Amino acid sequence: MASQIDEQQVQHVASLAKLKFTDEELSEFTPQLESIIDLFETLEKVDTTGVEPMTSATDRVNVMREDVAVNSHQRDALLKNAPDAEDGYIKVPAIIDESGDAE
Amino acid sequence: MNFYETDLTQLHDDLVNKKISATELTKATYDNIKAKDDQIEAFLTLNEENALAEAAALDEKGIAADQLVAGIPLGVKDNIVTKDIRTTAASKILDNFKPIYDATVIEKLKAQNFINAGKLNLDEFAMGGSTENSAYQVTHNAWDLTRVPGGSSGGSAASVAAGEVLAALGTDTGGSIRLPASYNGVVGMKPTYGRVSRWGIIAFGSSLDQVGWLTTSVKDNALLTSLISGHDDHDLTSSTRDVPDFGAQLNDDTNVNGLRIAVPKEYLVEGVDEKVKEVIKAALKHYESLGAIVDEVSLPHTQYGVAAYYIISSSEASSNLQRFDGIRYGVRATDVQDLEDVYVKSRSEGFGDEVKRRIMLGTFSLSAGFYDAYFNKASQIRALIRQDFENVFKDHDVVMGPAGPTVAYKIGSNIADPKTMYMNDVLTVPVNMAGLPGMSIPAGLADGMPVGLQIIGKPFDEETMYKAAYTFEQSTDFHKAQPNIGGQN
Amino acid sequence: MNFETTIGLEVHVEMKTNSKIFSPSPVQFGSEPNANTNVIDWGYPGVLPSTNKGVVENGIRAALALHAEIEPHQHFDRKNYFYPDNPKAYQISQSVSPLGHDGWVEIDVDGEKKKIGIAEMHIEEDAGKNTHSPNGYSYVDLNRQGTPLIEIVSKPDISSPDEAYAYLEALRERIQFTGISDVKMEEGSMRVDVNISIRPVGSDKYGTKTELKNLNSFNYVRKGLLFEEQRQQRVLMSGGEIGQETRRYDETTGQTILMRVKEGSDDYRYFPEPDLPSLEISEDWVKEIGDTMPQMPNNRRDRYVNELGLTEYDAMVLTQTKEMSDFFEATVADGADAKLASNYLQGDVNAYLNDEQVDLAATKLTPANLSGMIKLIDDGTISSKMAKKVFKGIVAGENPAEYVKAHGLVQLSDPAQLQPIIDEILANNEQSVTDFKNGKDRAVGFLVGQIMKQTKGQANPQVVNQLLMKSLQAL
Repeated sequence: MASQIDEQQVQHVASLAKLKFTDEELSEFTPQLESIIDLFETLEKVDTTGVEPMTSATDRVNVMREDVAVNSHQRDALLKNAPDAEDGYIKVPAIIDESGDAE
Repeated sequence: MNFYETDLTQLHDDLVNKKISATELTKATYDNIKAKDDQIEAFLTLNEENALAEAAALDEKGIAADQLVAGIPLGVKDNIVTKDIRTTAASKILDNFKPIYDATVIEKLKAQNFINAGKLNLDEFAMGGSTENSAYQVTHNAWDLTRVPGGSSGGSAASVAAGEVLAALGTDTGGSIRLPASYNGVVGMKPTYGRVSRWGIIAFGSSLDQVGWLTTSVKDNALLTSLISGHDDHDLTSSTRDVPDFGAQLNDDTNVNGLRIAVPKEYLVEGVDEKVKEVIKAALKHYESLGAIVDEVSLPHTQYGVAAYYIISSSEASSNLQRFDGIRYGVRATDVQDLEDVYVKSRSEGFGDEVKRRIMLGTFSLSAGFYDAYFNKASQIRALIRQDFENVFKDHDVVMGPAGPTVAYKIGSNIADPKTMYMNDVLTVPVNMAGLPGMSIPAGLADGMPVGLQIIGKPFDEETMYKAAYTFEQSTDFHKAQPNIGGQN
Repeated sequence: MNFETTIGLEVHVEMKTNSKIFSPSPVQFGSEPNANTNVIDWGYPGVLPSTNKGVVENGIRAALALHAEIEPHQHFDRKNYFYPDNPKAYQISQSVSPLGHDGWVEIDVDGEKKKIGIAEMHIEEDAGKNTHSPNGYSYVDLNRQGTPLIEIVSKPDISSPDEAYAYLEALRERIQFTGISDVKMEEGSMRVDVNISIRPVGSDKYGTKTELKNLNSFNYVRKGLLFEEQRQQRVLMSGGEIGQETRRYDETTGQTILMRVKEGSDDYRYFPEPDLPSLEISEDWVKEIGDTMPQMPNNRRDRYVNELGLTEYDAMVLTQTKEMSDFFEATVADGADAKLASNYLQGDVNAYLNDEQVDLAATKLTPANLSGMIKLIDDGTISSKMAKKVFKGIVAGENPAEYVKAHGLVQLSDPAQLQPIIDEILANNEQSVTDFKNGKDRAVGFLVGQIMKQTKGQANPQVVNQLLMKSLQAL
């Protein structure tokens, strides 16, 4: 079965996942992914017409918490674990592209 | 201290009656670890200093009779967060990570004054079946050091099998407790989805993950499972059902008279090693001799389980692992010019190959144009797999078969071919897909290596499963077999 | 060529709940950076979200206010994208089963009424905030992360910038009256993204859309859309093509500026959130919430006109904000005359709020004290002139009756007390009495003035007038 993935597609998926592969890694990864995706495509054989997808195994519905605020007092501990922090903020190299903001 | 020659109840009684102190027990545990772990390499982080201090404090105030695990050192898989104790999930990206909170299972055990012996190796982020995907070390099978311990809870299983600790916590997303239990000749149980809180378990496949125990005996396993089970406000998927005292049900009267055992023909097909089949068939015969009724049944969608499982688990994982980005915790790549570098370099340098493969597969399965054919299709297959089980459970109490298609294989023999590796999960993933409880118990040896019998229960009916396991264990000697580490004891 | 315009609006409204949508951290503004955060807000390894019931209820309130159909079987979805203010690198939102769909609001542009459809509305979590510094770094504050949002997406029914403006007004008004949000654009509790396309009249295919960002007020929305509408027309008329672009509105020049060209659509890899059980919204629950919903402004206006006898104009002014409307109703409920209450709220109270630049809630004025003052005017205890003084007291939180007593403001209305004073004034001003008898009405004014002077302004002018006339005629 012809797989739906080539090196270009792998590059695209890698960019979505914020991963980068060298050419060498790419030539190793692509056939591996291809063979697994071939395995995925065996599912085509199963007739699933009208089958409701199962996306959770929990036996619960309508689980909610009351609207009560609790201050964690974890700020200092959280900031201590950050790779870079300053004046109570997490510090990162400049954000140039604004595209992800306020979705 | 040989943990094979005692059990949880005995140790607890000895501690309460001061036949042994918590300090002595803790020291003995670390003596075991130091004697064996150079070869086994199960532990990533030892908690010795804290453990001894906690033991001393407990000895001071005495061991409470109603705290079963008080003063007993137990191992914890390193994808379970432990406050102030380094937690890596065997990944370089969390190399420096010290959690600031405890997983609910740890909180529950701490409330009982357990002693955390240390953190155990696993496949990075629990992705793998051999523990070879750890970024830190390869753990060895106690029965044959040249073989894998299985995975991903390989550190937990090997440590228990080697007698380093009495019991260890593992996690199971597609077989990660049951496969290593089978490979190491120990008892491993994955509870029903929702039985145990997932709060503090570093998520892999959120709709599949459960925490459970690896132990040397069924009763220890049952007793310990009751301690960590129950509803948790932090985990909205956790069940509010009552938690039975599983261990209390196991006694001299426990039997399998009239127990209806279903054996799916798909679990004993070609891909399963002949010698493994023989052990399983003998075990089923033994059940019949004990009064159980064994029927062959069909779970027709079994063959699609692996493909559907890898789509779903990888999809969830690709999303769950996006938070490891070098920004708020963990390791940020050095030598970064801009924000994109922080993301791409931290992740590309921080994750190992198998994790990257899963992220890629999952991202692909969810991406525009592929969602319906992959993620949605797999979720439909998942519904069919659950339905298969529901049909069988209409007139059967448990399902049985092998836990893995082979015994533990040689280190390095499968790692080059991920697809072959994935096929090893064919017998365990359907249980996670359907959200059922499942366990593996020692059922004998094939070529000198342990074979696990898998028992699968109805949702929230761990009780029946434990009873069946206990009856088998009490009427056989397989669980008494101990590995002869490195050819010498 | 004639063109027709199609405008779409995506409005995000921040709810004012106690805690965040999926974490118990407080929803609070103006705190130290990252003070209102916990391990959930930081997306720590191993954490899980837990749904705030109040947010779901607020979502239902909004859906009811916007006449939307409420989805009985809901679940959350993950929307995946990397950004420093998005700690899990996914936003928990609703994609497949939004809380509400197919709603509408009515707008009125130059007397012409029109229903604008709402395609869908859903609840989701807000992101944190990035501050960009010229030093080459950005600073992340996760206080806002997890603040509950409701996103409202319009149907392509809006065909002019004025309609867009009116739609936003209508939306803001109705949401505000549910009480779930302050809906203030200047404070970020209401945020608007717009897209606009034009097509030749009669064409059955929509034109290419451009998106506008940085629209910080309704007025800028209208101006930005107007500019963009004309720009697109110029491009098409000169034979050009509209690019699929995101443009930024420049407040100083009034123009839109190209930010970036969109290539294809973003791939957010939505899938059902496995950490959260699904929601089953029963009709009973919706009814229960509906029964306790505050009345919407149009219903209030009807009531003010028909039951309280106010003018349409007064009713409109009083329902500008829920705060004002609630205050008015409480004042009337406490026994104040509706017309007087309306006058005071629109007059002295509004002037005071403007002078002090505060909201009603931030003052010490209470409906009970306002109604107390109005009752004192009504029963003649104080004059409306005195009321000016009393008002100063009640905005400072004082009880009007006690204030009047403490400051000796009680009006002299007792004839037994006033008559001797009148007699005295008449005795001392014979010339004026004579003038009166000679038909010089002006003399009365002089005499009243003298009486008021004598009583330090406390005499009830009406009573004084009556008594004086009687005395003069008797002479």
